[in-house]
Amino acid sequence: MDVFSDPANLQLYIDGFLMILKLTGASSLLALVLGLLLAACRVAPVPVLRAFGAGWVHLFRNTPLTLVILFCYFGLYSAVGVEFSEDIHVNNYWLAVVGLSAYTAAFVCEAIRSGINTVPLGQAEAARALGLTFTQNLRLIILPQAMRSVVAPLGSILIALTKNATIAGVIGVAEASNAMKGLIEARGDQTIAIFLVFALTFVALLVPVGYGFTALANRLMVRR
Amino acid sequence: MSASVLYDHPGPRARMRNRVLSAVFAVLLLAGLYGIYRAFDSTEQWTWAKWQPFFQDVTLPNGEQGNFWDYALVGLLGTLQAAATAMVFALAFGLVFSAARLSDHVWIRVPAGVIVEFFRAVPVLLMIFFLSFGGFWVFGTYVEPFWSVVIGLTFYNGSVLAEAFRAGIQAVPKGQSEAAYSLGLVKSQVMRMILVPQAARTMLPVIVSQLVVVLKDTALGYIVAYPELMLEGSKSYAVFANVVPTFMVLALIYIVINATLTAIAHLLKRRADRRGVTTAPAKIAAANAAASGVGGGAGA
Amino acid sequence: MRMKRLAAVAAVAVLALGVAACGSESETPGTPSGESPLVGKATAGTLKFGVKADQPGLGLQTGSTYEGFDIEIAKIIAKGLGGDPAKNTYVTTVSANREPFIQSGQVDIVVATYTINDDRKKKVNFAGPYYTAGQDLLVPTASAITGPDDLAGKKVCSVAGSTPAKRIKEKYPQAQLQEFDAYSKCVEALANGTVDAVTTDDIILAGYASQAQYAGKFKVVGKPFSSEPYGIGLKLEDKAGCTKINDILKASVADGSYKAAWDATLGKSGTPAPTLDVSKLTNCPA
Repeated sequence: MDVFSDPANLQLYIDGFLMILKLTGASSLLALVLGLLLAACRVAPVPVLRAFGAGWVHLFRNTPLTLVILFCYFGLYSAVGVEFSEDIHVNNYWLAVVGLSAYTAAFVCEAIRSGINTVPLGQAEAARALGLTFTQNLRLIILPQAMRSVVAPLGSILIALTKNATIAGVIGVAEASNAMKGLIEARGDQTIAIFLVFALTFVALLVPVGYGFTALANRLMVRR
Repeated sequence: MSASVLYDHPGPRARMRNRVLSAVFAVLLLAGLYGIYRAFDSTEQWTWAKWQPFFQDVTLPNGEQGNFWDYALVGLLGTLQAAATAMVFALAFGLVFSAARLSDHVWIRVPAGVIVEFFRAVPVLLMIFFLSFGGFWVFGTYVEPFWSVVIGLTFYNGSVLAEAFRAGIQAVPKGQSEAAYSLGLVKSQVMRMILVPQAARTMLPVIVSQLVVVLKDTALGYIVAYPELMLEGSKSYAVFANVVPTFMVLALIYIVINATLTAIAHLLKRRADRRGVTTAPAKIAAANAAASGVGGGAGA
Repeated sequence: MRMKRLAAVAAVAVLALGVAACGSESETPGTPSGESPLVGKATAGTLKFGVKADQPGLGLQTGSTYEGFDIEIAKIIAKGLGGDPAKNTYVTTVSANREPFIQSGQVDIVVATYTINDDRKKKVNFAGPYYTAGQDLLVPTASAITGPDDLAGKKVCSVAGSTPAKRIKEKYPQAQLQEFDAYSKCVEALANGTVDAVTTDDIILAGYASQAQYAGKFKVVGKPFSSEPYGIGLKLEDKAGCTKINDILKASVADGSYKAAWDATLGKSGTPAPTLDVSKLTNCPA
């Protein structure tokens, strides 16, 4: 364990996990907003919007995240010229956030859509009988119910996103997996200790989140 | 579209409005696509020189003839081999650990739970990297890249499947196991003869959609230089100097394979539905949602 | 199946360790006159070389064949050990797994731009060096960068966790370091102008600069700011093999096969073959 008694190594470890949290924070917010919009598209009465939503979901759900994030660098940044900052580290961070968000939004969209499908038809029929418009119906009746049954899957998606943030390392973002790789390459004799520290940090971060979401889902569950 | 929870069958006015909106959004969408096309065009991503290697042989730097598929087929084979092997192991792992987690013995149930929670929380990337570089100290032998990828994927996806199977088994109506016990069957028989067969049928779509995750996650093999599609693809664009077109084609290959798998999943689901499974639909939906949420969202 | 296989491998490993343990007690029985096990493998045509797969000019995999200077050196070694170079097996290694590959017997010999240093010497034995490289910069032909001191504020690319990347971080912190998992991505980023320079050993950079698809686009700055003696890695206890390989290297300089190896690969771009100083070969400590 003396790997981590070296302040430089300890700093590498801390910075790695702070980066994971920063990536997860920004990406989860963006993915939630984008996922909601996509879900709205997928259930809209306008065929073009439905096709757009379905296209997005199929594109991102079936492509490896490694490829998505690499494409953000070589396609979005290099070829198209989307630049977030002159500073290479800030720029790579946002490119990774874009990739993670676009990818995760596809899963958020599907979770919300299946949540909408759990709302009984009678609810919407009653709302329409009261004269509510499509948007009112969605906003006041469907989504509040759907969101409750969506809590558990969204929790799983958040957990997956946190782990997926390690893939940002492929374009050089200094996150936990790159930190671990660097430490193992420098101190190969302590590989097991280094791995256990990183793995258990993920466990400590994510297992409580998992139980928290399960408890929340059980409390909010619409009993039918 | 059959009856939707969101809106009635459109009347004449709504149909008109939808058509207008469709046209407007179609124009916007096309404009967006054209914008993307132009953006890539500005750095000459559509030139024939960059796309030629996908369609015919070109001269390699060493003077020989070659094309993209020389690399991609090697990578595809690597990807499919690792995915297929990992899926078989993950299924076995999932079955064993779901049974262990449902055990009556605390000393089986709790350690199994700890192991499953551990593997679900550790990123596959870290696991694969560790197996390759630290496997030497654990197993006393170097773990080949192939096995690093397979074992890493097995641990993670096996744990996800274990949870899915558990949910599936718990979703079988209680009356089934009560009836079985009252017939004098013991726990292992109830499991083997009554619960697992019924759960397996309802979990079939989840199992197949987990295969999509396994297949995508083989792309993480790049970290240990396992020759899968992404790594071979990167060798290809190093030779042909066409990184953006290569990524586009690689994405297309993954999408085609995974869409095929998903189509199979739907087919199986429809067949299972037709056979009239007795489990409460809501419970299956919940179990499926939980499993696909974990597994699906986790794909990398 | 996996467990069976692992168990089998483990059993073999234990046996091998046992044999090795006996060997140290009684002057390597089974290998007459203290000969290296490499000779037997060479004669049997079962030599396995660990090489790079993504470094043009040095070790590049094209389809299922490998080519480059490192591969030519591997052929010279196989021939010198009494084997048929055509029977060599090549295994792709990445920088970080070269020691475990040798230690576990996954490969017999590593010829993979493998810098000799003290940390590595504790784990493996080094013959050579067969070439001394130095960290340098690859820049677009029209670039104004003439050395590492011009890098301030510039974007420079290297492989994550590699020695060149660490050196940039420590000695030239004003440079903006972009890290990827492979140099091919760095060169791609350089080609489309996303980064201003790529840094690693000059010989590797020269390989990229001479690739047909990048012809005339890049130049190597030519002011190396480190010294990287490339060694040939083999098992720590195989002192005999190490000495033997050094003898082979000496002979290759004398009979011109070293120069021929260079001319057939990195020398293609016109760079004359370096003179290999045989007096600097390692003394093969065991």
